[in-house]
Amino acid sequence: MSAQFATFFVADLFFGVEVLRVQEVLRFQQMTRVPRAPDVIEGLINLRGQIVTAVDMRRRLGLPAREGDQTPMNMVVRTDEGAVSLLVDEIGDVLDVEETVYERPPDNLDPAARELIRGVYKLKDRLLLVLDAERTVDLAVGKVA
Amino acid sequence: MQDQEVIREFLVESYENLSRLDQEIVELEKHPKDTVLLGSIFRTFHTIKGTCGFLAFNTLERVTHQAETLLSQLRDGERELRPALVSLILETVDATRKVLASVEATGEEGSEQFGDLTARLRAAAQAKDQFEAAAPVAVEPPHGNGSAEASEKKPEEDAAKSSAVADSNIRVGVGLLDKLMDLVGELVLTRNQILQYNNDREDAALNATSQRLNLITSELQEGVMKTRMQPIGMVWNKLPRVVRDMAVALGKQIRLEMDGAETELDRTIIEAIKDPLVHLVRNSCDHGIETPEARVRAGKPAEGRLTLRAFHEGGQVNIEIGDDGKGIDVARVKQKAVDKGLVRQDQLDRLSDREILNLVFLPGFSTAETITNVSGRGVGMDVVKSHIEKIGGVVDLFSRPGEGATVKIKIPLTLAIIPGLVITSGNQRSKPRFGAGTGERFVIPQVSLVELIRLENQVANSQIERIHGTPVYRRRGSLLPIAYLNDILDLVPSRESTVVNIVVLQAEDRQFGLVVDGINDTQEIVVKPLGKQLKGIDVYAGATIMGDGRVALILDVLGVGQRSGVLSESREQARSSTEQKSQAGSEQQRLLLFRAGSFERLAVPLSLVARLEEFPQSAIEHAGGGQVVQYRQRILPLVSLRAVLEPGGSAGGELADPVQVIVFNDGDRSLGVMVDQILDVAEETVTIRQKTNRAGMLGSGVVGKQVADFLDLNYVIRAASADWFQANGSQPSAGKRILVAESSAFSRGLIRSGLDMEGYHVLEAANLEEVIRGLEQHAVDVVVTALDLPPDGSAAVLDAIRRRPEWRGIPVLALADSPEQVAEQVNHRAGQQVEFQDCQVKFDRGAMLESVARLASALDLAETHSDELVGAGDRS
Repeated sequence: MSAQFATFFVADLFFGVEVLRVQEVLRFQQMTRVPRAPDVIEGLINLRGQIVTAVDMRRRLGLPAREGDQTPMNMVVRTDEGAVSLLVDEIGDVLDVEETVYERPPDNLDPAARELIRGVYKLKDRLLLVLDAERTVDLAVGKVA
Repeated sequence: MQDQEVIREFLVESYENLSRLDQEIVELEKHPKDTVLLGSIFRTFHTIKGTCGFLAFNTLERVTHQAETLLSQLRDGERELRPALVSLILETVDATRKVLASVEATGEEGSEQFGDLTARLRAAAQAKDQFEAAAPVAVEPPHGNGSAEASEKKPEEDAAKSSAVADSNIRVGVGLLDKLMDLVGELVLTRNQILQYNNDREDAALNATSQRLNLITSELQEGVMKTRMQPIGMVWNKLPRVVRDMAVALGKQIRLEMDGAETELDRTIIEAIKDPLVHLVRNSCDHGIETPEARVRAGKPAEGRLTLRAFHEGGQVNIEIGDDGKGIDVARVKQKAVDKGLVRQDQLDRLSDREILNLVFLPGFSTAETITNVSGRGVGMDVVKSHIEKIGGVVDLFSRPGEGATVKIKIPLTLAIIPGLVITSGNQRSKPRFGAGTGERFVIPQVSLVELIRLENQVANSQIERIHGTPVYRRRGSLLPIAYLNDILDLVPSRESTVVNIVVLQAEDRQFGLVVDGINDTQEIVVKPLGKQLKGIDVYAGATIMGDGRVALILDVLGVGQRSGVLSESREQARSSTEQKSQAGSEQQRLLLFRAGSFERLAVPLSLVARLEEFPQSAIEHAGGGQVVQYRQRILPLVSLRAVLEPGGSAGGELADPVQVIVFNDGDRSLGVMVDQILDVAEETVTIRQKTNRAGMLGSGVVGKQVADFLDLNYVIRAASADWFQANGSQPSAGKRILVAESSAFSRGLIRSGLDMEGYHVLEAANLEEVIRGLEQHAVDVVVTALDLPPDGSAAVLDAIRRRPEWRGIPVLALADSPEQVAEQVNHRAGQQVEFQDCQVKFDRGAMLESVARLASALDLAETHSDELVGAGDRS
């Protein structure tokens, strides 16, 4: 059994989501900020007439902010709540990975990240973290009081 | 009216069925054994027959009934289909068409009875075998017997005429209409974009084209909207039955009158108001209209009248549900509201009758004395209100005792595309690189807009005045509460400006002014929902796409008003949130943290501290049995905190050199407290408080994520110098009772300890309720209250005290958080009817004690010259 993942980078982490979940990938879009919104919400973008909420993955994972002029990329994923854009540092390739190298995430992972990572594929040169898109866009998950 | 609607539907449906019948019967001739076809034909006749029976079209019913009997025999295989039978059936179809045409034209079946056709159909059904013989005769008459009806000769022409309704109506799935509406919405947005693009250019051809596009889009939008419009009668149709059943069940006589059933509304709105309408009608029947006996006794006709009215007005639809029953008893509403704990008695006194009526919309309210199975479960009116408000509507209740009550509902025509006012506010603060840098655009639904006010020049900002910190604007003689969008949304104003733009908005039955940075223009916008992640933010109603393709947020006027506190309608909510705020505000303290002996973290409010000093050990001298130091040309008595808190405990060794000293001032005297180390100054919301019994401690709380003990300064001072306070005077008011009203336990403790020291009896109160209870149970000489006492501030305390004659003479000292607040109070005094006897800063202990002493002795004077009571208010 193998699965296909669209991959991306957030800080030094290498993530993947099921390729069928990905609606499209866009470079950085102009965004409308939403005052009083949760911190992880970067803003709203107009995706051909559809209003899509953008979630900053760095903040979602409790990572430090992007440096200086580095603009994030939009990875628009389909979820039960409609399309949501994940703001990531960089887009990677689409990878075919074997089930055999799959493992549950380690227990000592940072709680902010563990809630959102479904498992780990041990690739030859690096680890591919499988992002749980549904939980990622459900802001109630992994909320640290 | 409603009959016509039903008949119209019947006609449309029947014409459709008949044209299918023609095809099916012809098909049947080719495949006489096809039971599926037979079944379908049978059902069609059956349906028409059934509807005719319902609508009392007897002729048609008779004819179709016979055809149905014949067809059932064919279907059940009791006989075979012969051409003669087919003709007979086709003839029935023609006859049906003819009757339908007559119904369409005149509303009646027409005079023709089709007796001959019926007879032949009956004969055919009865005489299964002989039919073949009769057939020739049967087939002949329609053509040969032309004298009966001239028009019967031209069935084609007839059919063409009668199909006027069928041709002009098609059935369209609701899903398709919704999809069309979505597309039109997109088109409107694209049109807006093109128009904006065109505005920036000077291209005559583009200009002309975009103007045309503009017009066509508007027309298309209107057209598509109309396709979704349905008369409100669709919902009203089931009400006569509801009213009748209710009347029977309740033993009442009720006549239902409906006016304006043809008023059209968007179907999504029709859906949304269905349940609230039924509920309101039931309510009127149950609680409004009296029993016949009661009505006659009241001099009214035994039969009650329930009126439904609907009409368009100013782009909105008004619906009124009125009855001529007993109306709503204001006194009972009051009683219920208090009993159920929805409002307090003192709040009620401030409400107008109309506001009291609207209390029935509060959750958990039900005026019915007995809970009946028809209505009065106490879940009704608030649900009605929330349903109506969800679709942007407003509910209002009017009542005349003995004459009846009316509920008025105002709802928008449609929800999908609305006109809105585009405004800008704020600046991109945290993420300058993402934004345009000029400020955020927001859209305010036009429906909530009352007017725009622009204040210019230097006076602009001063025209917004403040009452107790709350901004208001004088609009044509009355005060308009003001809210700042930048504050509500936590935005930074885009620039310091001499212009103030006030958008006056209507939310529920109140108006308020929203100050925004800029006002752009009005636009047709398409409301799009926000993602689930943003649903919880009550200040937004949705989002839309602007002409430049960017997203703009649509403000929820109700949410904005509530968040800013200018709407007191949902009082409970508003109160609890201000309560929290004031609680938080008073607990927000600047604290000095230090260490002494085994106490690793001690805290005192920085406002009590005069200064922090360091003295070399060598400068400390001994005089009068204590330690002193020369300080600013005076002698400063010193006390070692370690010695005070842990008497006899020699532990810890010597104090550091130089010694760190906290200097406290009181009037012209000072005291230095020597501590081991001064740690920090923290501005902190004290989260957890715990009373301790330890001498010298007020309690403990969490400061900067660590526990700190709050030092009882009085204890320290008392321990250090027994004569500290005595010099202040001869305890002028010993034995007097002082009531201290302050929500924060910490601050209350501080105030109390000062008063305790002076020999007063101190009562504590955390809120207005406790103040009143305290006053009721004890004779109080002076009330000391914080300005921000929950729930409604110190003014409410004054109100409560001044209202009771026996309390009227009690002087009130208000405590403010800062000297600025004190000044504000003093400034406002001139215009106020009731006022405090004095106002002091909360932690200025000396001034506070002095004021209390003066007020307490003023009371003594007042008691002897009671007519000078009022004069006490002018003091200070």
